[in-house]
Order: sequence, then C-alpha cells, then structure tokens
Amino acid sequence: MQIIVAGIAGIALTAYVLMGGADYGGGVWDLLASGPRRAQQRELIAHAIGPIWEANHVWLILIVVLLFTCFPPAFAQLSTVLHIPLTLLLIGIVLRGSAFTFRAYDATHSAVQERWGMIFAIASVLAPVLLGVIVGAIASNGVGNAAATLAESGVEFVPVFVAPWLNAFTLSVGAMTLVLVAFLAATYLTVEAAADRALQDDFRRRAIAAALVLPVIAYGTLLAAEPLAPRVQKMLLHSAVAGPIHLAAMIAGLGAVLALWARRFKLARVAAGGLVVLIIWGWLFAQFPFLIPPTLTIFDAAAPPAILRAFIIAIAVGAGVLIPSLWYLYGVFRRSSG
Amino acid sequence: MSDLLAARSQMAISLAFHIIFAIVGIGMPALMVIAEQRWRKTGDGICLDLAKRWARGTAIMFAVGAVSGTVLSFELGLLWPRFMQYAGGIIGMPFSLEGFAFFTEAIFLGVYLYGWNRIGPRAHLAAGVLVAISGALSAIFVVDANAWMNTPAGFRLEHGQIVDVHPLAAMANPAALAETLHMTLAAYASLGMAVAGLHAFLLLRQPTNGFHKRALILALLVGAPAAVLQPISGDIAGRAVADTQPVKLAAMEGEFKTQARAPLRLGGIPDPRAHETRWAIEIPGGLSLIAYHDFNATVRGLDDFPEDRWPPVVIVHLAFQVMVGLGTLLAVIGVWALWDLVRRREFSKRLLIALSIATPLGFICVEAGWTVTEVGRQPWIVTGILRTADAVTPMPGLIVPFVTFSVLYLFLGVIVAYLLYQQVLRSPHPVD
Repeated sequence: MQIIVAGIAGIALTAYVLMGGADYGGGVWDLLASGPRRAQQRELIAHAIGPIWEANHVWLILIVVLLFTCFPPAFAQLSTVLHIPLTLLLIGIVLRGSAFTFRAYDATHSAVQERWGMIFAIASVLAPVLLGVIVGAIASNGVGNAAATLAESGVEFVPVFVAPWLNAFTLSVGAMTLVLVAFLAATYLTVEAAADRALQDDFRRRAIAAALVLPVIAYGTLLAAEPLAPRVQKMLLHSAVAGPIHLAAMIAGLGAVLALWARRFKLARVAAGGLVVLIIWGWLFAQFPFLIPPTLTIFDAAAPPAILRAFIIAIAVGAGVLIPSLWYLYGVFRRSSG
Repeated sequence: MSDLLAARSQMAISLAFHIIFAIVGIGMPALMVIAEQRWRKTGDGICLDLAKRWARGTAIMFAVGAVSGTVLSFELGLLWPRFMQYAGGIIGMPFSLEGFAFFTEAIFLGVYLYGWNRIGPRAHLAAGVLVAISGALSAIFVVDANAWMNTPAGFRLEHGQIVDVHPLAAMANPAALAETLHMTLAAYASLGMAVAGLHAFLLLRQPTNGFHKRALILALLVGAPAAVLQPISGDIAGRAVADTQPVKLAAMEGEFKTQARAPLRLGGIPDPRAHETRWAIEIPGGLSLIAYHDFNATVRGLDDFPEDRWPPVVIVHLAFQVMVGLGTLLAVIGVWALWDLVRRREFSKRLLIALSIATPLGFICVEAGWTVTEVGRQPWIVTGILRTADAVTPMPGLIVPFVTFSVLYLFLGVIVAYLLYQQVLRSPHPVD
C-alpha cells in the first residue's frame, strides 16, 4: 500500500511537471520573447496557459496533501529543513498566479500590463529553479542529513537551513529543471502555433536550442554530483536501471530534436513528454525505497494502514469525478478551436 | 517578537487574507448562477451582464484564493512541522477531499467562463451550479479539519502517540457540524450583504440606475436569508462549544467564576489578573440559557482551569462581542431588506444607507469569529493534546517570512480591490 501511495505521488509529480512545468516554461519564453513577432509570441503563450492554469496548479497541492497525509514525518522533515527555498517558491507561485490573472483582467493600461507581465515572467523563471533545487536537496541526502543534525545537535542555522539546498549540485539541478520546462513549453507551443508558420518557427528554434543546452547542463550536474552528491552520481552511472534509462532518455531527447527539425510537431511533443517522464521516474527509481535518503524510506515514513487505505479510496472516488470533468473541459475547448 | 509569536502571526495573517477569497469563492458563484438563471428565464440583459461580471469576479478571487490556499497548505508544514507530523494523517482526509472539491470548482469555473458560446444553455447553467456546490464543499472540508483541531476525535492516545486512527470518525468530530454550518452560512451572508451594500451605495448616488438596483436585489436574495438564519446556527455552535470546549466558552464570555444562572455579558473588558470582567451589561441567567437552554444551568468559569490552559481572554472576549454584535446588526438589516423587497418591491433611502454602512460587517464578523475559534483554542494547536509552542518549527528568524508575507498580502489586497471595482462593480453606463 505504501508503494501505491508513493506511486500516486510520482504520477502527480509527473503530471505537475508535464503540465504545470510547461506553464512555467511558457513564462520563461514570455520573458525571452524577442524578434519581430514578440507580441504574438506573448499572446500565444497567454492563450495556451489561459483556461487551465488553476487546474494544473492543483497537482502541486495534491503532492503536498499526499505527503502530509500518508508520509507525515517526511513532510515534517522537508518543510523544516527546506523552509527557505519552499518559502521562496511560494512567493514565486503567488506572484506568478496573481500577476497572470491581473494581467488578463486589468484591461486598461498597456504599461501596467507590461509590468504584470514582467513579474509573471520573472516568477516563472524562479519557480522551476527552486523546484529543481528542492529535488536536488532531497536526492543529495542534504535534507536527510540536516534533519539528523537537527535531531542530534539542535539548531545550527547554516548547516541545517541553508547548506542542504544551496550548493553547486542543487543549483545545477535547478538550472536543468529550468531548461527542461523551457524545452517542454517551446515544444508544446509549436503545436499550439499551428495556424502561424512564422510563429511556429520561432518556437521550433527555441525548443531545439533548449534541447541542445540540456545535455550540457546534465553533464555539469553530474560533475557537481561527484563531491556533493556521490550517491546520486554512483546511481546515475552504475545502477542496474541506469543504462536502459539513459538510453531511453537519449532516444527521447534526440527523437524530439529530430521531430522538431522535421516539423513533426505532435511527435516532438510526445517525445519531449517522454523525456520528462524518464527523467522523473529515473530519479524516483534510483532513490527507491527512500523518500528522504539516506535514512527515511517510504515504509518508515508511512502513516498507519487505515489512513493509507482511506486516502487511496478518496483518490479513487475523486478521480472518478475529476477525470470525466477534465475530459469534458478539454472537449469544450477542442470543439471551439476547431 | 518571539519566533512562536511570529509564526502565529504569519498563520493568522495568511488565514485572515485567504478567508476573504474563500468567502467570495463560495458566495459569488451562487450570485452568478442566480443571475444567469434570471436571464435565461426573463431575457433581462442586466442579469446576463451581472452573471458575466460575477463570473469574472469569481475568477479573479478564485485565482488569488487558489494561490493563497496553496500558501496555507505549505505553511502548515513550514510553520508547524510537528503538528503535521503528529496530525497530518488525520486531517489529511478532509484536506484530500477539499483538494478534489477545489479541483472540480476549477474545472467547471473554466467551463463556465469560457463556455458561454460553446455549450448549450442548460449545460452552462449546470456548470455554474457545480462551481457553487464544489466551492461550498471545499470550504466545508477545510473547516472540518479545523473542527478536528478544536475537538479531536477518531483515534486513541497510547504513550502520547496517536494510534488506531479512523479517518471518518475523525471527520465526524463533535464540532464538525456546528462549525461547518456556521461558516457556510457566514460566507453567503457576508458576501451577499457586501455586494448588496456596495450596489446600495452606488444606487444612492444614481437612484435611477437599473443595473445597480437589479444587482442589489439578486445579492439580497443570497445574503439576507443567510444573515437572518446565522444567529440560529450561532446558537448551535455556541452550545457545541459549551459542551466540548468549556475553557473557550468561558473566555468568550469573560466568565471567571463557575456559577449557576450565569449572566450573559454584553461588552465589557475582562481583567485576567483580577479574575473579573468589568463594564459589561449583564443579563442574569442569559449565558446559562444560551449555553444549555436552561436558566439555572451551571457554567464553568476560567477559575475551574489552571491558568496555563487559558487562552488570551481579552482578545477572545472582545472578538466574540464584535462577532455577535455586528452579526445581530446584519441579521436585523437582513430582515428589514427582505421586508422591503417582498412588501414594497422598492428600497427606502434609509435602508440603502443602512445597507451601504453594513457592507464590510459580514467580513468583519468572519474575521472576528475565526479569531474567537483560533485564539480561543490556545495554548493548544490540537485541544488537550498538542501545544502550539511544541508544534512550531525550530527555524530561527521567523519574523522575516512574517513581514515578507504581510507585505505581499497587502500588495495583493490593494490590487484585487482595484480590479474588482473595475471589472465587477462599476456600472456599464456611467449615467443610466
């Protein structure tokens, strides 16, 4: 049952990165909008995010609720040690969501709208970096070790509350996350821009550029992992699943670039999504059964079975309501764009 | 400022901010659905315009409410990690259900906002109804989690550890029904009366403006009945508190001595050091009557409990007086407005003035009511089981996030107010 719940968390995380991450990436391209079609680029991004951003956001809430319901000690450790990056992430999310809405509804002055756009875009860059930093801090044992330090020798500000998440490894995971969501968003946007070939080409170029930066940063992350997260590096290079996952990721990444090159945009979208799925599940498998390495596994951290059972039932019932609803929502929009 | 106080203040300000958006997220979809239904039935263009405006208002407030709600779900852990470690599994159930209700609301709000010309009239109205229902449900679930903190149930304590958890029994805790009923009505009452009040004010300035008049009537249909019913649910809530949280009741009433035929105090300032409440108007036997429906019932006073278990008596008592006083006023204005509406189909100038003055009252009542229930539970975060001071994060310097979030909320509040005026309130025709 612990594995089922952890699996739900993994699915929610994947959905959040695939959909919410693409929204962040949209904000990145909003910030970097340039060239003669600058305004159209922004318009397309706003249009693509418009109707569904609140819905995408809920994946994050699901992850938080799942963590504190099913793995309370893990949630307590994470929110204690990662207080600062989580708070910064929250501020980013608040500013981003509000600025996007305000920009859409404040129809009066274009100068004001521009300023909202700026806040929206900057927050969109910060949020995925922080998400990556948080993942990096967990994967590198930073959170687990800091929690142990806290329990043994009490509060020491820098070692417990700063060092676990602020180092070259976590920052490079942050950078990688940023480029990944930017790549994802640009690839999605090539599909959205089907009506305008020039605009489509803008995002095609951007997607390819991001895809080419990705392996560079991934290599940098691997280098940073050597001193700072040796266990991660070892697993990335030597674990049994590492080979196949690397190979599959490489195929997905290369496939996405080739598909973009060949203007097979829908195929590129699938490949890009596949790449993200492989990266996330690669990480999750690599640290299984640990929730917060090096000590806390999903079995140690799990709430009593009665709670897990109730949660799984609630999720099933909820999904029974939500999946048809979501399907209906997308149906309504598809009908209109046709 | 100590870290504990900073954490409590940050939580308080986050809740105080979020509750406003939550109220609008519950109440405004009801207005929007009623307006659309009127339009479908009568073809009145003003109703269509109002439905669209209230839908926009819902969207703006929902978006900000969604982010401030996300902040809260994180803050539970960021500020109170030991509470979440202890109780996360139990309050997780209502929070999960809340997540689904919220998600449903988001989806159908999307359908509603963007579906005006894309789906049939019945489907569109149904989407609006679903927004309203799921908005109310998500509030009910969150308040239920809070009710558990007030009257924990559905588990056993073994060596200080929570074991044998029954998630549904925890949700059906003693305070659940009273609290959720009281809060749901409060949301309809305060939002309905606030919208009515704003349009009453604008109607005073432009007495012939049909837009504001129609808006006023529709808002009253939601706000006034809820405001009138609210004292009844308040009575239910009061008795639940008397049964389950006698210390809180004593603090609310400024009741220090245990006595039969306890008086009801209107106003007054408790002096915890002198163990008495001064300058109150006392109605003999009133408190016994209200708490136990019996003039001669004995009500336990604060002196029955050790002082380290007292909540801050002055704050709780004053907040309670504010809630009851203003709530009663709102109910009276509600009766008056319904009377005018049914009997005369016209609004007197005096009523319009009263309504405009009453605009913020519901929101003040809600903030005061939450002050009563949250401050009144102190020093506990889970009544009788976990102290707030033991739940707070060990992170130092908590004043920094407190100040940061306060500034952020202030900034957002100003902007939302401006947008709402622009998008929702302002009449489409400056002079009708």
